[in-house]
Amino acid sequence: MAELFAFLLSGVTVGFIYALVGLGFTVIYNSSGIINFSQGEFVMAGGMSAVFLMYAGVPLGFAFILAIISVSVIGIILYKLLSISKDSSHISLIILTLGFAIFLRGLAQVIFDKQLHTMPSFVGDGSFEIFGAILSYQSLLVIVVSLIIVISLYLFFKRTKTGQAMVAASVNVDAARLMGINIKKILVLNFAISAVIASIGGILLTPITSTNYEVGIMLGLKGFSAAIIGGLGNPWGAVAGGLLLGILESLVAGYISSEYKDAVAFVVLLAILFFMPGGIFGNLKAQRV
Amino acid sequence: MNFLERINITKEILIFTAILIVVPFVLQNEFHFQLAILAMLNAMICIGLNLLMGYAGQVSLGHGAFAGLGGYIGAILTTEYQFNPLLSILSAVIFMGIFAFIISKPILKLKGHYLAMATLGIGVIINIILNVEYEITGGTDGMAVDSFILFGFELFESMHWYIVVALLLVFTLWIFDNLIKSPFGRILRSIRDSEKAADCVGINVSFYKSVVFTISVVVATIAGSLYGFFSGFISPQEASFNHSIELVVMVVLGGLGRLYGAVIGATILTVLPQLLTAFEEYETLIFGLIIIAIMIFMPKGIVSLWDKILEFKERKFAKSA
Repeated sequence: MAELFAFLLSGVTVGFIYALVGLGFTVIYNSSGIINFSQGEFVMAGGMSAVFLMYAGVPLGFAFILAIISVSVIGIILYKLLSISKDSSHISLIILTLGFAIFLRGLAQVIFDKQLHTMPSFVGDGSFEIFGAILSYQSLLVIVVSLIIVISLYLFFKRTKTGQAMVAASVNVDAARLMGINIKKILVLNFAISAVIASIGGILLTPITSTNYEVGIMLGLKGFSAAIIGGLGNPWGAVAGGLLLGILESLVAGYISSEYKDAVAFVVLLAILFFMPGGIFGNLKAQRV
Repeated sequence: MNFLERINITKEILIFTAILIVVPFVLQNEFHFQLAILAMLNAMICIGLNLLMGYAGQVSLGHGAFAGLGGYIGAILTTEYQFNPLLSILSAVIFMGIFAFIISKPILKLKGHYLAMATLGIGVIINIILNVEYEITGGTDGMAVDSFILFGFELFESMHWYIVVALLLVFTLWIFDNLIKSPFGRILRSIRDSEKAADCVGINVSFYKSVVFTISVVVATIAGSLYGFFSGFISPQEASFNHSIELVVMVVLGGLGRLYGAVIGATILTVLPQLLTAFEEYETLIFGLIIIAIMIFMPKGIVSLWDKILEFKERKFAKSA
């Protein structure tokens, strides 16, 4: 029982990180219809820049803020690149984001390096014991911060004028424009928010799994799977999908095979796509003939 | 109608064959030859992938994995079970063909991002299996592949490989040129432009999608297994997500739905990283920048430059007339 509980706890911790990556996908997808394949690299950039700012002697809290700001600038640059592209067909925009991901990996190699890096836990090395399973302070922090992000994002979209404008723009761009909403500003904001979410995920994850310039590839793909599993475009779906993936992955690693851990996300993804293409939350817009 | 036209030998294919004949005289060393052969094998995969993406309008982010898995099957049959290499490749083709046809049914019902994600998922799973099952595949380190013996004659020298692969590439181009111009090609384009309309005129959309997917996987398998025999080594790297992405970028970079675009894209993206190694740690960064620049300024691919030159000439001609 204690063992099962331990697997569940570590699954939830990682699951929240996947949820954050999936949320980042959803925010950009809802506003622009673009699948951003450099989302995982935003996560990597957040973690890596925080680590190197820390190495440079910047106080931890300040390093986090600087890292988050620089990744949000990266997000805005990506938006600018997408908006000056002459062709708006899906495939060329997807490849543009893939090119941007390669560029960011290259940039990380040049500015930082190719080594694995880690950080000390932000809240000390202590831990709780719940039903015999151990939950470190850092894991608890991941869960709490992720929940805060999810809830504040929900409140932002529901309660603020800007948030409502963003929702309106994602429902019908032309109608929103006619209502006097500045679509360009909304899009810039969406890309920035998405990058902020991703970079926070990257920073939170670093003390737990450590980071390097390539860590974004798998994280991005799993976050994307989480978003699709929950129902692409549904922010709650992304969170649920992320948690489900994290828990299943942890159970498979614990009870079946740690080598096939990474395959779990994609097996679940395929099962969902084949049998419930709208995701577990049944998105009606699912495109299936 | 002269004889060449009747068997569909176009001007382009003649020019391309001439280029392939000239290239070996320009190549200076073993490394150049290897690069040229690799470019031609990638071009083969891209021609197949282009039929799927550019003509039938179905994205695949898993073709690197399909080529890699096909390559492994060929390699394992010959190296472990002493199959004749031709028989190994044939077995790989049959297996991958059946595999592709079976998985194509559920996959190709999906569209757009969902289709891209499903092919990506299958590709990543294949790659993980190749990495984990080290007793069969050699794991992350890859495995050595026996040499290619064709009718008692061992393909060893690069020049021999060059000739075999070049012949195969020209043959593939010829076959695909025929396919594209045939009623089958028109059906594919009609599916790309509107599945509903194609369905309404009585085309079995899902069947044709499966067929084109299978064809593209079979071509990838042939090129993938030849690559294993040629390099004498195969690793999960060949089946990685990155390789799948590279192949898609090659097709789009050259020009989606353009037969020779796939060849040009494959050649450029195979040679470019080698040139960029001169920049050492800046290699990946510059590679990314080039892809971004091409997608921003030439989203229709490099072949579209040629169209613009033709258009410009025509306009000039119209003015002077």
